[in-house]
Amino acid sequence: MELKEVTKTEGTMDIQDILKPENLVYQKTKLLTDTPMHYCPGCSHGVVHKILAELIDEMGIQERSIGVAPVGCAVFAYNYIDIDWQEAAHGRAPAVATGISRVNPDAFVFTYQGDGDLASIGAAEIMHACNRGENILVVFINNGIYGMTGGQMAPTTLEGMVTATTPYGRNTDLNGYPMRITNLIAQLPGTSYVTRQAVHTAGGVRKCKRALKKAIQNVLDKKGTSFVEVVSTCNSGWKMSPVASNKWMEENMIPYYPLGDMKDSVKGEHSEN
Amino acid sequence: MARVIGAVVVDKEECKGCSVCVEACPHDVLALHFEVNSKGYHYSYMKSPEACVGCANCGVVCPDTCITVYRTKAS
Amino acid sequence: MGEIKLMKGNEVLAEAAIRCGCDGYFGYPITPQSEVMETLMVREPWKETGMVVLQAESEVASINMVYGAAATGKKVMTSSSSPGISLMAEGISYLAGAELPCLLVNVQRGGPGLGTIQPSQADYFQAVKGGGHGDYKLIVLAPSSVQEMNDFVDLGFELAFKYRNPAMILADGAIGQMMEKVELADYKPRWTKEELVEKNGDWATTGKPASRKKNVITSLEMASNDMEVRNINLQAKYRKMEEEDVRYEAIQCDDAEFILVAFGTAARVCQKAVEVAREKGLKVGLLRPITLFPFPKKVIKELARKTAGFLSVEMSAGQMVEDIKLAVYDAGSNARVDHFGRMGGIIPTPTEVVEALEDKFSWELSYGVKRSY
Repeated sequence: MELKEVTKTEGTMDIQDILKPENLVYQKTKLLTDTPMHYCPGCSHGVVHKILAELIDEMGIQERSIGVAPVGCAVFAYNYIDIDWQEAAHGRAPAVATGISRVNPDAFVFTYQGDGDLASIGAAEIMHACNRGENILVVFINNGIYGMTGGQMAPTTLEGMVTATTPYGRNTDLNGYPMRITNLIAQLPGTSYVTRQAVHTAGGVRKCKRALKKAIQNVLDKKGTSFVEVVSTCNSGWKMSPVASNKWMEENMIPYYPLGDMKDSVKGEHSEN
Repeated sequence: MARVIGAVVVDKEECKGCSVCVEACPHDVLALHFEVNSKGYHYSYMKSPEACVGCANCGVVCPDTCITVYRTKAS
Repeated sequence: MGEIKLMKGNEVLAEAAIRCGCDGYFGYPITPQSEVMETLMVREPWKETGMVVLQAESEVASINMVYGAAATGKKVMTSSSSPGISLMAEGISYLAGAELPCLLVNVQRGGPGLGTIQPSQADYFQAVKGGGHGDYKLIVLAPSSVQEMNDFVDLGFELAFKYRNPAMILADGAIGQMMEKVELADYKPRWTKEELVEKNGDWATTGKPASRKKNVITSLEMASNDMEVRNINLQAKYRKMEEEDVRYEAIQCDDAEFILVAFGTAARVCQKAVEVAREKGLKVGLLRPITLFPFPKKVIKELARKTAGFLSVEMSAGQMVEDIKLAVYDAGSNARVDHFGRMGGIIPTPTEVVEALEDKFSWELSYGVKRSY
C-alpha cells in the first residue's frame, strides 16, 4: 500500500511507529475482492456491500452464502463479494432466492435489490416471497431513482423530485405517490424483522451493520423473511456532490422514509405498527 | 495520562475523492489532495495527522474501502 | 418390469418426477395441466424423497424459482400450458443464457391469447425456435403417449444435464388428459450433497469453500467480444445436440411414396391414417420426430431423395412444415411439402388426414409419382 502521503509530524510519535499490525483497528475485509467497484464516487452501494462482506466473514458463513444480484447498478455485486452468486432478471430476485433456499434449506440466501427492481417491476415477487416467509434476507437500497438506466422516476421518487422522466418534478396526479413499500412488507406475517436504515454517517453505518447482523442471524435461525431497507443516495442521478446528496437525503428522504425498526418478531405474527 | 493517537492510510489509487470521509472525520484530519490519482480523482489524505485519534469513522463510511486505520497510545 | 398402472398423462409427469430423483417442482395452476401439481401435493414427496413442491404466485415467479434452484446444480422442473409458457419466456431465456439444466413441460392448449383449453400444437415455433429473446434453443421432446410422458421426464433431465441446457417436454392437452397403461420407472435416489458437488461443483452455486473460486451464474457480459464468444459456444452446443441427440420414429417409410410427418397427438392420428391409406393402396409412411429440437433433418433429407411428397400434419396453421421444407431444400430434392392442420383445439381424424393427402397430392396420384432423385 502507498504510504507516501503520510508524513512525519513534529512533536508526536513517528508515523511508522503507529502503522504497525498490532495497532490496526480498521481494514478492508478479505471477503471483498480486489476488483475496484464500478459505482460512482460516494455511492451507498459500496458501503452496504462492505458491511455485508464484513458480516459474512465475521459470522463465518462464506460457504453457506448465496447472493442474488438484481438488475440495476448493483448488477455487478457478484464481482465484489467473494461468495457464490446468481444474477436475476429485473425484479425476480425474491423468486430466484426462493428457489435456491427451498432446495437448499441450510444456505444463507439473500437478495440485494434497488427500488425500481423491488418496488416496481418486482412488486409481486417481493410481496409473495415475504408473505410465504421465505427464509431469506432482502437488502433493499432505496435512493428514489433508477440509477443505472440514467436517473428515471422510481416508485419511491419523492413528490416534486426531478428525474429524467419527471423533468418538472414528480406530479402525483400523473405518477401517483412515493411508495413506502417497507411499511407494506412489515404488515406481512411471513416477515420476522423489518427495518429501515441509512449509511450516510459513521453512526448510521454501525447501526445498519447491527441491523443486518440481526437479519442474517434470523435467516440462520430460520425465523422467516428479514427485510432491511437502506435509504441511500444517488449523487449522479440526483445531480449533486456526494456530500450534498447525503445532506439532501437527510433533509428530504428521511422525513418521508423515517429510520428505525418496523417489525421485530417471529414469522406468523402481525406487525404491531 | 497516555494520549490516544491514530493514523490512516488511504489507498490513493482506489480513492474516488467523494470526500465522505472528510465530512465524517470529527477532528478535521482529512482533506482532498490538490493532486489527482491516475483516474483523475483528488484523493483523500491526512492533512492534519497530529489530530487523528484513530476513531475509524473515515474507514467505516468509505464506499470504496480504501482507508486502513491504526490506533495506539502515544508514548 | 416396472409397476404398471392406468394413469393420466399429467399424473404420470408428477409420478415420474418423484421417481427420477427430482429435487424440486415450482408451478402455477393452468388448464389443462393442473393435475401435475395437484398430484404432487397429494403425494407429498417431501416426506418420501425430500423433493420440494411449491405453488408460486405466477408463472413469472415459478420459472424464476426454477432458475434459482437449477443454479445450485439440482434437478428441478416446472410445468404449464401455453399462456403460462409465454409468461415464462423471460426466465427461460435467462436459463438458456446462463446454461442451466432444468425440465420444462408445456401441455399445449389452443391460442392465440387466452384461446381455448382444448389441445393444440401451435406452440411449436415458441418451443423450437427459442421463444424468448436472444439466440437460444431448448431441447424439445414431443411425447405421443402417456408412456412417453413417463419416459421423457428422466430423458429430459439426462439431456438437460448433458448439455447444461433447459429441456422441454412439448405435450398437448390430449396427452395430458388421456388415461393409458403406463409402466412406471423404478425409483432413483436424489443426488446427495457430495454427488452434487462432484457432478456440478465446478459451475453451480453450491456455496463457496475457501478452496475454490466463487461460482457466478449469469448471462451478462458487458464486453461485446465476450458476449459473442458466449453465443458462439452456445451455437456449438446446439450443433452438438444435432449431431448426437436426434430422436425419431419412422413407420413404414421404406417403401413410402408419401410421408406424413407428425408429432404428439397428431402422430397418433397419423399412425391410423397410414393404415387407412395403405388399405386404399396408397404407399404412405409416417415420420414421427421425437426431438423437435434437434430436428431430424438428416432422415428427412434421406427420405426426400426417394419420396414424392411430405404432408406435415399438425394441430396448428402449419409450423413444423417450415422445418421440413428447409430440410428438403437442403437435400436439393423436388419432393413436394404440404401441410394439413386443424386449429382451435380440434384434433383431426385419420380419414380427414387421408383425404387431405389425396387432395393435396392429387396431381402426383393422377399422373404418377415423379421420382425426385
